[in-house]
Amino acid sequence: MIDQILTASVFAAALRLATPYMFASIGEMFGQRSGVLNLGVDGIMLMGAFFAHYVALSTGSAVLGVGAALVVGAVMGLAMAFISVTLKAEQGISGIGVYLFGLGMSELLFQRLVGTPRSVEGFTDIYIPGLSDIQFLGIGEIFFRHNILVYVAFLLVPISAYVISRTPFGLMIRAVGQNPQAADAMGISVARVRYMTVILGSMLAGLAGASLSVALLKVFQQNLTSGLGFIAVALVYFGRWRPVGILIGALLFSFVNALQLQVSAIGLDIPAEFAVMAPYVITIIALVFASRQTEKPDALTKPFERGE
Amino acid sequence: MNKRVMSLVLMVLAALLIGLLPSVSAQDVFRVAAVAPSATNDLAFSQSMFDALTKIDAEMGDAFEFVFQDGTFVVDDAAVALREWAASGEYDLIIAHGSQYGAIVEELAPEFPETSFAWGTDQNTFGLPNVFAYTAAAGEGGFLNGAMAAMMSKSGIIGVVGPIEVGDAKLYVDGFVAGAAAIRPDVQVQVTYIQSFSDVPLATEAANTFVANGADVLTGTAQMVVGPIAVAKENGIPWFGTQSSQAELSEASGVMFQVYRWDVVLMDMIASIQGGTLGGESYTLTLANGGLQMVMGQHGS
Amino acid sequence: MPRPHARAWFDRLFDLFPPAISLFAALAVASILLIALNANVTDAYVALITGAFGTENATAETLVKAIPVLFVGIGICVAFRANVINIGGEGQMIAGAVAGVAVALGFGGQMAPFMVVILSLVAGFIAGALYGGLAGFLKAYFNVNEILSTIMLNQVAVQMMNFLLNGPLLDPTEAGTNHIPKTARILAEIQLPRLTIGWTEGMELFARTRLHYGLLIAVLLAVVMYVLLWHTPLGYRIRAVGFNERASRYAGIPVRRQVVLAMFLAGGCAGLAGVVQVLGLQYRLQTDGSPAGFTANAGFNGIVAALFGGLNPFGAIPASIFFGGLLVGAQNMQRDIGVPASLITAVNGIIVVFAVSSQVFVRRRRQRRLQAESPVIAKPEVVEVAPRKVEA
Repeated sequence: MIDQILTASVFAAALRLATPYMFASIGEMFGQRSGVLNLGVDGIMLMGAFFAHYVALSTGSAVLGVGAALVVGAVMGLAMAFISVTLKAEQGISGIGVYLFGLGMSELLFQRLVGTPRSVEGFTDIYIPGLSDIQFLGIGEIFFRHNILVYVAFLLVPISAYVISRTPFGLMIRAVGQNPQAADAMGISVARVRYMTVILGSMLAGLAGASLSVALLKVFQQNLTSGLGFIAVALVYFGRWRPVGILIGALLFSFVNALQLQVSAIGLDIPAEFAVMAPYVITIIALVFASRQTEKPDALTKPFERGE
Repeated sequence: MNKRVMSLVLMVLAALLIGLLPSVSAQDVFRVAAVAPSATNDLAFSQSMFDALTKIDAEMGDAFEFVFQDGTFVVDDAAVALREWAASGEYDLIIAHGSQYGAIVEELAPEFPETSFAWGTDQNTFGLPNVFAYTAAAGEGGFLNGAMAAMMSKSGIIGVVGPIEVGDAKLYVDGFVAGAAAIRPDVQVQVTYIQSFSDVPLATEAANTFVANGADVLTGTAQMVVGPIAVAKENGIPWFGTQSSQAELSEASGVMFQVYRWDVVLMDMIASIQGGTLGGESYTLTLANGGLQMVMGQHGS
Repeated sequence: MPRPHARAWFDRLFDLFPPAISLFAALAVASILLIALNANVTDAYVALITGAFGTENATAETLVKAIPVLFVGIGICVAFRANVINIGGEGQMIAGAVAGVAVALGFGGQMAPFMVVILSLVAGFIAGALYGGLAGFLKAYFNVNEILSTIMLNQVAVQMMNFLLNGPLLDPTEAGTNHIPKTARILAEIQLPRLTIGWTEGMELFARTRLHYGLLIAVLLAVVMYVLLWHTPLGYRIRAVGFNERASRYAGIPVRRQVVLAMFLAGGCAGLAGVVQVLGLQYRLQTDGSPAGFTANAGFNGIVAALFGGLNPFGAIPASIFFGGLLVGAQNMQRDIGVPASLITAVNGIIVVFAVSSQVFVRRRRQRRLQAESPVIAKPEVVEVAPRKVEA
């Protein structure tokens, strides 16, 4: 029984499911570490997903599609940064506005420009030579037979961890998020750092959308993400603002999700409602038992006012 | 919403602006208003009704007009729309296309006894003389699809992605399972209800799970099947569909689609209403009455 | 110098300008989209406004839409005042609705209708409060961030509702059929009465509309929560914790308890939103499997209304009516002009963004005013700039 449930393909599915969360959550982490909560991730993902799909559809190039998603992510990030950094708007609420805009706009553009669900060639799976043939514990199937964006998503963990903790840019981000007054006194432009992190985060959110529409699903439909971006925000809290923590959270959530799909596919008699509920419940429980230490950026959601 | 509908809406408005000028033709125009939960281009439930109304519009020409509010997944928003239409007194038939709207029709219809309502999928007219109910015997096409799927499967494993275990989705899936078993009692049909009509990422991964388990034929119902269809295409395995034709999207994977031809029952309803009967009847689309149509895909062609 | 009262009044009036200007700006952006869609802009806005307030029925529907938004918004005021970000309105509404409908169905016909209604409302409040309180408890004692837990708990509540409506709470007459999961209809005598204004028989305002007594309950709740927040020690403690947690702790306020309590109250308000939707409007609980199918996103819109209302329960009243009007009017735009529903969603987003952005100008004016009036208060507090160790 257990070997029917815990197959290598379940683990492979978990990596695929985790991919959009990795992009979106790590992007969101950058913003939050500098003190900006962006609740509009889901809307930015939808816009990224649509543009990636549309460009890939009309040019035949998934790479150009990803480029379009990055650009549209950057544009929406710029808008989000202007709203929350320059205009100092309440971050939770402006994020909901950005989400609604992205939700409606992506569907409207889809209706006007594409009309009916169509699929794109997209990124195909890359079998890493040698490694993808490893039979031991199914390692080849689990880790080395994915499309390029899955690999990129996981490479993002060490890269972002390095950027945050070992580069001057990362130090600035942390300084601005922990104590903007002090950072300001040291001559760091709080606004500039926050603009940069929010735009970077939104580009990654756009990429998260693209990973759905040109790599994992290869189609676009209204509300393609189904609220995935909100889970991505939650995972930042789960990961306590660290890339590795986010990785663990995204993998745990996705693994339980893949597991429930497998359990229901092989016909175990568990009510579907409880199966679907499982990832959410287990994520909360895991956090209850996890370490109590928190690294929440002190200035999160607080606009910076220079004390004169 | 396409240009045709917009222009129709404008025509209705223009007719209103002209006011109550005595117009012979205006009385002969049969007006329909419909509300549906998802988008009119969902390749599934909402599109099946939109396509039916568009077809009737093409056939009846000037004698028919319709307005369509889509994307009304919030049940209470449908209540507002239905009430507005009913109160305006301008529509001969008001369609609540979604079984979640039934309770609204039940409340509303007695308040507007002069207006005819139709809702589905269900068979319950609530004993009201101005309510039609319509449903689809989705199990029939499901059975055919299932039988054919069992014949095509080499591995003997077939995957089914369903939304919630209710309504025509359940009828289709149950019919499909029965059809497959009738041809090959040993066939293994794996069914997953993902508890959502719209979650494409989850539906896609459910389809991937089936393929990983050895499934070599896939089917599914509701608007999130665009994801599983892409999975079928990517793996080069057959896809069976229902509600609307997904032949274009599924390309070489698409084998057979059960298409809901609501226009068949709608024409009956229109005739009834024009004859003075505002409701009380329950209609079922079947293969026999032409309401269900099997459309072939491009597979093998 | 003008009399202080008059001046304060004028200042308040001018405070309304930025939101109004932002609204026009948002509509201007929306106009561009409408023009791109070949829609007549004037007609579209006429449809929006008449759809929201143009007729007696439209106004009633706007108020109906505002009721759950207001309930949730009042709760959000309490939670946010304690610095707790409650995104769990959706789940708490569902919890309240499930408990409330269970009581209404279980006790309906077995005791005085009035008692059943009260019991049902209480059950809805408590269920929502416990569900919200759970997130507060996890935050206070296990350091589980409330944004995470409430987002997750929303999904759990939806699946729980789906399960209950497919099993224990399923309408007995529907058992064994494959209809949409729903409870039986609650008895007519425990439905909240329709609300009309006026005394002359047959001439009342809002007769023959769906407006119900839930509106009065919501306004009453706003009064109660306002008094609680600003005129009781409990409210003082909650606000103190939200204002400065560390100082509150030094002052001997049990901070954790306030956090749980704030979430308990916020969840209770959302729970009332859920049960009132059932008792006043839908008369049964049903699901299409998505949360919005039942809640109509009131759990999220309540957050927006509360923040527009300045986190004041009274401010939430006009804010939620404004929002209700926007949503109802937008639907009418689709019906009258054939504007796609998706455009309306996008425009709603634009309006939210512009309106919230305009708040900065209001704040700035207020600050300048304070500075002019009492330089002592307005002097910026000395900010602690002691460099803190920044860890990786």
